[in-house]
Amino acid sequence: MAQRPVAIGRSLGYLAAALLLTLLGVPLLAIFLRAGGGVLPGPSDWAALRFTLTQASLSALFSVFLALPVARALARRRFPGRRMMVALTGAPFILPVVVAVMGLLAIFGAHGLLNTLAAQVGLGPWRIYGLHGVVLAHVFFNMPLAVRMILQGWQGIPSERFRLAAQLDLSPGGVFRLLEWPMLRQVVPGALAAIFAICLASFAVALILGGGPRATTVELGIYQAFMFDFDLGRAAVLALMQTALVAAAAILALLVTRMDGSGTGLDRALPRWDSPGGWRRLADVLGLIAAGAFLVGPLVAVALAGLSGFGDLPPGLWPAIANSLIVSLLSALTTVIVALALSAAQSRVVQGIGLLPLALSPLVLGTGYFLILNPVIVPGRLALPVTVLVNTLMALPFSLRVLAPAYVRVEADFGRLADTLALRGLARLRWLLLPRLRAPIGFAAGLAAALSMGDLGVITLFGSADRQTLPLLMFRLMGAYRTEAAASCGLILMALSFGIFWLFDQGGGKSNA
Amino acid sequence: MLELRAVDIRQDDFRLRADLAVATGRKVAVIGPSGAGKSTLLSTIAGFFRQTSGQVVWQGRPLDGVAPGKRPISMLFQDGNLFPHLDIARNIGLGIAPSLRLSEQDRARVEDALQRVGLGGMGGRTPAALSGGQQSRAALARILVQNRPLLLLDEPFAALGPALRAEMLDLVSDLVDETGVTLLMVSHDPADARRIAQDIMLVDDGHAYPPAEAGQMLADPPEALRRYLG
Repeated sequence: MAQRPVAIGRSLGYLAAALLLTLLGVPLLAIFLRAGGGVLPGPSDWAALRFTLTQASLSALFSVFLALPVARALARRRFPGRRMMVALTGAPFILPVVVAVMGLLAIFGAHGLLNTLAAQVGLGPWRIYGLHGVVLAHVFFNMPLAVRMILQGWQGIPSERFRLAAQLDLSPGGVFRLLEWPMLRQVVPGALAAIFAICLASFAVALILGGGPRATTVELGIYQAFMFDFDLGRAAVLALMQTALVAAAAILALLVTRMDGSGTGLDRALPRWDSPGGWRRLADVLGLIAAGAFLVGPLVAVALAGLSGFGDLPPGLWPAIANSLIVSLLSALTTVIVALALSAAQSRVVQGIGLLPLALSPLVLGTGYFLILNPVIVPGRLALPVTVLVNTLMALPFSLRVLAPAYVRVEADFGRLADTLALRGLARLRWLLLPRLRAPIGFAAGLAAALSMGDLGVITLFGSADRQTLPLLMFRLMGAYRTEAAASCGLILMALSFGIFWLFDQGGGKSNA
Repeated sequence: MLELRAVDIRQDDFRLRADLAVATGRKVAVIGPSGAGKSTLLSTIAGFFRQTSGQVVWQGRPLDGVAPGKRPISMLFQDGNLFPHLDIARNIGLGIAPSLRLSEQDRARVEDALQRVGLGGMGGRTPAALSGGQQSRAALARILVQNRPLLLLDEPFAALGPALRAEMLDLVSDLVDETGVTLLMVSHDPADARRIAQDIMLVDDGHAYPPAEAGQMLADPPEALRRYLG
């Protein structure tokens, strides 16, 4: 029970937790009050619920099933570019959804590469809209995540066991039965649950590829209740439904997921002696190539289409870029400040509170804030501040998971020394915490900035032509069939998202110790 | 005078009692088997660990509830005595002002302290650019500018080789003599104690015994000390 009488702002941490609870609780309360006077869910709402569950289940199953051979190949093969491929699996997390969907359309869409090729031999055309399109996009985003989670499981098997397996000359089947299957039984349920939970709250994918009575998610239903009917009562009911769904799934995922999500050290190439040759080697190679093409292809397609569209840049592009940059930078700043304050509490309870935004989807929060603001002010006038707020809340759990453990480590290593020197408050922040936490702060800020940059969520509720972000502009251009101009926006957006992440991460990376 | 008045330290199964006084300006070696509670005793005096009952008193003033940084104490730990991300001059400067807003005069004091421990002109280097012995010297330079009347050393030189450790102890001994501070120094090695300590405080069997004159203690060790020395 070593106590730390002058630790910086534990009370600051509790204050931040209280603020966070307020920012999450008040909109929820507004939704409760509104839904109380509203209607019971109708048939179309139940259909949305069914579709949400169906697409999330299928997305989770396909993502994990397809990730298995890729993760296995990455675990047991050593090849140049392996490190890059592992890094690539982290990219979809910060890739703007609208850009990825546009890329998928370029490959799998009505006029996409696949249909063009198929038409040559008299097949097709296949359509991408509807359930299979939504699942396809979710697999694009979550298969790499599943690869990371499963690869972490593979890397977690002590290399001594593989050495023993090689010594005993176990067949690939034997290795699978004795080493890999027990690991998969632990890791796969967690991956399924996490991806299921993520896909429940998916909005932008369903917005572009779904829609209609047969392919509407609950999250999309909220948007439609706003935009098409302006039925706030129904939006509130759907928001409640969505919150119950996502919260339950998030809790389930946290309970069965064993990994910490950081995926550090995945690029370590542990020695393996049992890698089978022959057709298995060929299958691994083909699997890796197919996965790589599936992930890179759509992005290349957007980039190529975007380059040719630069002659016809849409009006409103520069203001949208400026808005996106401001929203992104402000979100990164507020996210890091709140995450640091929450970390300062060094308490598991406060950390748990920091994960709560995972249980609330952006549109649910947006609905809540809309209900609060609507009687007071035209909500659209606060489009950008509300977007910053919601993006901050959404990025917080990820940033906190990066910052909080690092904060605890710094205090454990240098807290006593700082205490004997009476370093407290701003002096402790400046001379101890900021320098020691530079790398995780850079990473967390980069995540928050990129997520916010690519966000197409709450801005769709609040935004208007004169208050739009780059993703919203791009979405509108796609809706107006101005594909080339949209692709140009997509290319710029992609560059901004990856660029801003890279800048922050680099800025923190040069840790001087 | 440092007084431990009926101090009782408990943590789980561990218990340590101390009822003793150390006269101002004495150099005391705290020795005893590992796990006896030497470090815990120093942590309690420094304010990192709260005793279950009793009082720590310095010059008649109880220190209970005083934050570690506000106590009249400077302390060196077994490791981590310098911030690796700050250069040596700043590390030492923190001993003058936690804000590191230093006047010209303060800077001169830092440089004097560096000179005194034999690191003149090295203020711009980071700890990683110094050898282990130089890092110890830098930490001692900070102790100098902190200028607190009670110095606690929790085996800060344990990682150094015997010759270097002896050199550090001689330096500590000189600094203590120049400044007149009271020294409590944890040690495993009776030779260290013999080298600089005037008194020996034995910690064993759940008790910290009142310090007694070192030469006499080592010449004719009491039963508990004899058991420890073997």
